[in-house]
Amino acid sequence: MKKVEESSIAVAIGAKLARVQVFPMYPITPSTHIQEQIAEYVNSGELEAELIDVESEHSALSAAVGAVAAGSRTFTATSSQGFALMFEVLPIASGMRLPIVMAVANRALSAPINIWNDHSDSVSARDQGWIQLYVESGQEALDTTIQAFKIAEDKNVLLPVMVNLDGFSLTHVFEEIDEPEQKEVDAFLPAYKPEHFLDVKNPKTFGPIAFPDSYMEFKKQQQDAMIKSLETIKKVNSEFAKKFGRPYGNGLIDTYKMADAKFAIIAMGTVCGTARVVVDELRKKGKKAGLIKLRCLRPFPTEDLLRATKGLKALGVIDRHVSLGFEGPLFADLKAVLNSNLKMAGFIAGLGGRDVSMKHLHKVFSEIEKAKPKGSWLL
Amino acid sequence: MAKEKNKREKKAGQKLTLGAVILEPGSTRNYHTGAWRVYRPVLDNSKCVSCSNCWKVCPDAAIKRTPEGKFYIDYTYCKGCLLCLNECGVKAIVKEVEVK
Repeated sequence: MKKVEESSIAVAIGAKLARVQVFPMYPITPSTHIQEQIAEYVNSGELEAELIDVESEHSALSAAVGAVAAGSRTFTATSSQGFALMFEVLPIASGMRLPIVMAVANRALSAPINIWNDHSDSVSARDQGWIQLYVESGQEALDTTIQAFKIAEDKNVLLPVMVNLDGFSLTHVFEEIDEPEQKEVDAFLPAYKPEHFLDVKNPKTFGPIAFPDSYMEFKKQQQDAMIKSLETIKKVNSEFAKKFGRPYGNGLIDTYKMADAKFAIIAMGTVCGTARVVVDELRKKGKKAGLIKLRCLRPFPTEDLLRATKGLKALGVIDRHVSLGFEGPLFADLKAVLNSNLKMAGFIAGLGGRDVSMKHLHKVFSEIEKAKPKGSWLL
Repeated sequence: MAKEKNKREKKAGQKLTLGAVILEPGSTRNYHTGAWRVYRPVLDNSKCVSCSNCWKVCPDAAIKRTPEGKFYIDYTYCKGCLLCLNECGVKAIVKEVEVK
């Protein structure tokens, strides 16, 4: 059913259609509309689920760990400082191999206090064993929330998934969305049936200590599962596309006019929409511009990016986060894996809600056309 | 890889399940913390007044009782923290250096 909805509501619809059973949540701007809408679903009886009012985000994610360990499909949402408060529990959720799905309404970290969008919250947690997907539209936010459970609960994966959407510039934007039928979502996403779960009749121990003789083996298992999940993310994306008619690239990356492109931008989230318009403008002028939208930051889709950048002369990398004292993390990752003949420049953009305008992206394209492009902060 | 995993599992003494879930309850019993001991508390039953102070404070539940009510130390699990020695009101517990 088509309707006009705010993207936060689209995420809540996704969680409802996924038949989530437990919602431990603590509201924080700009993720609050997600929690409010879910609370309304539970309050009105439209969704039969347990909503746990907790006293902090640390407790929200801790309760999510317990709920999934007990065998329930579980969802939570947060932003920024709330996300930072959850940090201690992030590696616990992934280390215990619990398929929690969490929406992160990406927002800058303090100080100075700032409630607006950048990717510094989630990107700084990229090493904590969560699959990180970044979405661009309300529709993609809804669809990815459903996909996220299927990816997370896959027997080859069993890892938590973050669905990242830009705070305000996506969470608070109204768009036309197509709400899938419950029946179809049920067919796509069967109930969560874990092999091991907390059960008083069949006691097991979750979250024990691992000594130096086995800790590394458990981490290796996680790493292997992360790498394997690249295939699962692609598979789930194509299954979703077949059923609902909406593909998001190959699930890991999406490309725009890349077939013959010589100069391209790579970015995550809502900036990609602006970049498409800039690419179109440059194409009209006869320039071979293109866009790579990175949908999955972790696991890192190295092979797909190598394929997508084949034949490219230069790549401008947009990071909405900076590893202070070094450079943009996406830029660093890409330099590590892409062909050394490819000219690359990293641009720090849109921190703390600073608008990333067409002018900025034109500047990126004109810079990477130079013989020796130099990265900069798009102020 | 599978061979390596088997070797590791054998060394760790248990299956390396996903997320380190332990499938058998009570598996801690198989972990003999007595091997950690540097000092061994020794209980002299002729001085013991069965006040049960040591039994209450032992963090490893390694102070046990015979059916007749006599206290004794289970050296399979006693880590040698000597809390029992500190708390004993009648000095019925002494320490000895563990020699193996």
